[in-house]
Amino acid sequence: MTTYTLRAKRRRAAFRTAAFMSPWLIGFTVFFAYPLISTVYFSFMHYDGFKPPTWSGTKNWTYVFEHYPLFWPALRNTLWLVLVMVSLRVVFGLGVGLLITKIKTGTGVFRTLFYLPYLAPPVAATMAFAFLLNPGTGPVDSILEKAGIPAPGWFNDPTWSKPALTLLALWGIGDLMVIFMAALLDVPQEQYEAAELDGASALQRFRYVTLPNISPIMMFAVVTGVIQTMQYYTQPLIAGKVASGVIQGAGTQFEPGYPDKSTLTLPQLVYNLGFQRFDYGSACVVALVLFALSMVFTAFLMRRRGGLIQAGD
Amino acid sequence: MPAMSRKVAVALAASASIALLATACTGQSDAGANDDASKDTTINFWHAWSAPGEVKAVRSLVAGFEKAHPNIHVDIVANMTDDKINQALRAGGDKAPDVISSFTTNNVGKFCSSGALVDLNPFFKKAGVDPATTFPKAMNEYTQFDGNRCAAPLLGDAYGLYYNKTAFKKAGITSPPKTWSEFEKDAKKLTLTKGDSYKQLGFMPNYHGWESTTEHYFAQFSPTYFDRSGKSNVAEDPAFEAGFTLQKKLVDELGGYKKLETYRATLGDEWGPKHPFHTGQVAMQLDGEWRLGMAEEAKPDFEIGVAPLPVPDDRADQYGKGYITGTITGIAATSKKQNAAWELVKYMTTDTDAVVGFANDIHNVPSTLAALKSPKLTYDPRFKTFLDIAADPNSTTTPASVNGGVYLVTIQEFGYAYESGRAKDLKAGLAGTAKQIDTDIAQAK
Repeated sequence: MTTYTLRAKRRRAAFRTAAFMSPWLIGFTVFFAYPLISTVYFSFMHYDGFKPPTWSGTKNWTYVFEHYPLFWPALRNTLWLVLVMVSLRVVFGLGVGLLITKIKTGTGVFRTLFYLPYLAPPVAATMAFAFLLNPGTGPVDSILEKAGIPAPGWFNDPTWSKPALTLLALWGIGDLMVIFMAALLDVPQEQYEAAELDGASALQRFRYVTLPNISPIMMFAVVTGVIQTMQYYTQPLIAGKVASGVIQGAGTQFEPGYPDKSTLTLPQLVYNLGFQRFDYGSACVVALVLFALSMVFTAFLMRRRGGLIQAGD
Repeated sequence: MPAMSRKVAVALAASASIALLATACTGQSDAGANDDASKDTTINFWHAWSAPGEVKAVRSLVAGFEKAHPNIHVDIVANMTDDKINQALRAGGDKAPDVISSFTTNNVGKFCSSGALVDLNPFFKKAGVDPATTFPKAMNEYTQFDGNRCAAPLLGDAYGLYYNKTAFKKAGITSPPKTWSEFEKDAKKLTLTKGDSYKQLGFMPNYHGWESTTEHYFAQFSPTYFDRSGKSNVAEDPAFEAGFTLQKKLVDELGGYKKLETYRATLGDEWGPKHPFHTGQVAMQLDGEWRLGMAEEAKPDFEIGVAPLPVPDDRADQYGKGYITGTITGIAATSKKQNAAWELVKYMTTDTDAVVGFANDIHNVPSTLAALKSPKLTYDPRFKTFLDIAADPNSTTTPASVNGGVYLVTIQEFGYAYESGRAKDLKAGLAGTAKQIDTDIAQAK
């Protein structure tokens, strides 16, 4: 066989591989690689959507990190939410899942009750929470006051606004509960029986049988939770707007993150910089920070999976 | 070698198409104003009004235009926010607006400097209309930026003081306050507590109290926002220090930030019938001329009084002035029917009868000097207060800036920190605010 035909054969094989891969390749290029590359490109450009983009070097980067007063509070809030909200959601989702798999009667009712809130549209759910937690007229605070407990300001108090958002997230735990329930019911019953024979207590059974079995699902819940929280936009925006009293008015200037920037998240900054200020360059910088953070978190969690996911998972 | 050149060709083609894509996104228009406005044509008009009565008023204004220009048809799209308008102006296309109107005069600087709206100066010149003698001074000011008149005023807003006459009588106050020190005394007299909260609050001074924004308070101190070189004047002009000091004093004297915020959370919303002024929960309200109609519609069980906002004690002779802003209208740079669009803009903003009719329907202040004096203007006698504020030569507005209203948000942000006690040093805070404003402007340029 001549070198020429060999080369042609190899080329044909390469072409075939590329053809089979093309659906993924096209999707990857159009929806991931191209947007990512343009985001990096525009983060170094001055671009307002009208005049052609001009090179601005690292100006947008220094602006976001050093001079944009909303960046650091938003980053701190996002990290707070990732740490507190995601861990609580996983613990709470698992707890509810455990409870529901254990109870004997009325499981259907409880499943429905815990799942229903998940179906509420985020805007409506947030507005309902803002109403319930209103420090002046909300039923929650009036009950607390009657019980002699000092009532928090919730969405109107910077120290309570994020816990209030966390409560809202825990209320809508339905999705995680269902996933955990499926995982819990999947744990082989004979392992529990064996553990019981060995004299393991309920806590030990949970630690040595349940947890190792559901660890891949825990991992899934944490990673998707981190990614969701990184994109957390609607709830804090609506809560801040409703609590600050700004609905939509003639020329009303809206302060994002009310009260005291405590409900500000990074995705809100992307909108504020990109579609309100039309500083696309700086918006791209914040988007890239978000991207980098998601990558770091996911990489960290994947590295740690050794302890969580067992061989054969 | 052939393989190499193919690679080069692919690379070239790819970069060419990327370049093409990039330039296609810039929304640049090469149309200019070369359409024939006498031919049969349809233009798109986007506006921000949303209440049913207001939407109807816009329709009747446009109907008047179509009657006068039978060849130009107008497709109206209501309830458009500035965010949506801005995005559509960038996108262009058949469905994009040819003429827009926006409530946010603060965005004029952005509209003009980005080139989103076309400069109307040549159109005004061609039509033989002089904006300086047509529009009131403040309105003439806030519709242009750096010599570029990319907008024209379409009705105006004037801010004043609404007061509960019945509560005033009960408290033994005979006339509305004219100076801030009188106002302070009255606000305290009108405040009736109930437990930890209020039965009636004299005035809601907090910056979250809707129209009680920094720019509305400061207007009474006649501030200069920028110096001649375009740098922020917030730390230099004593008007800002005086404005912040007054507001903080009101907050402290009427119960403190926290107590007021908790009370504010119990109040109805700004655009609903349960607005605290309508329900008698606050006795005085800083608000625009539209509140009169809204308050009367809510049928309150007290008599409503209207007056200009008080002035600083050392400017007592300027009593009667106020803050002026309004709706603006302009022509999209992406529009291919700019001459036809201009006909609509010209009609809506300079035809005295059209302006008067629209003002009557919407209960806003007319935006031309002729319309302000028109005998066809029908209004509640109390509305005259706002017409006078609009015509007062001492009334002020906020200037256009290259990045829109960002500087106002920055000032307001410092206001939140100062009123809540988070920021204690006023002078240092103002210096920081000025620096931030300058940095933001440099970033936008």
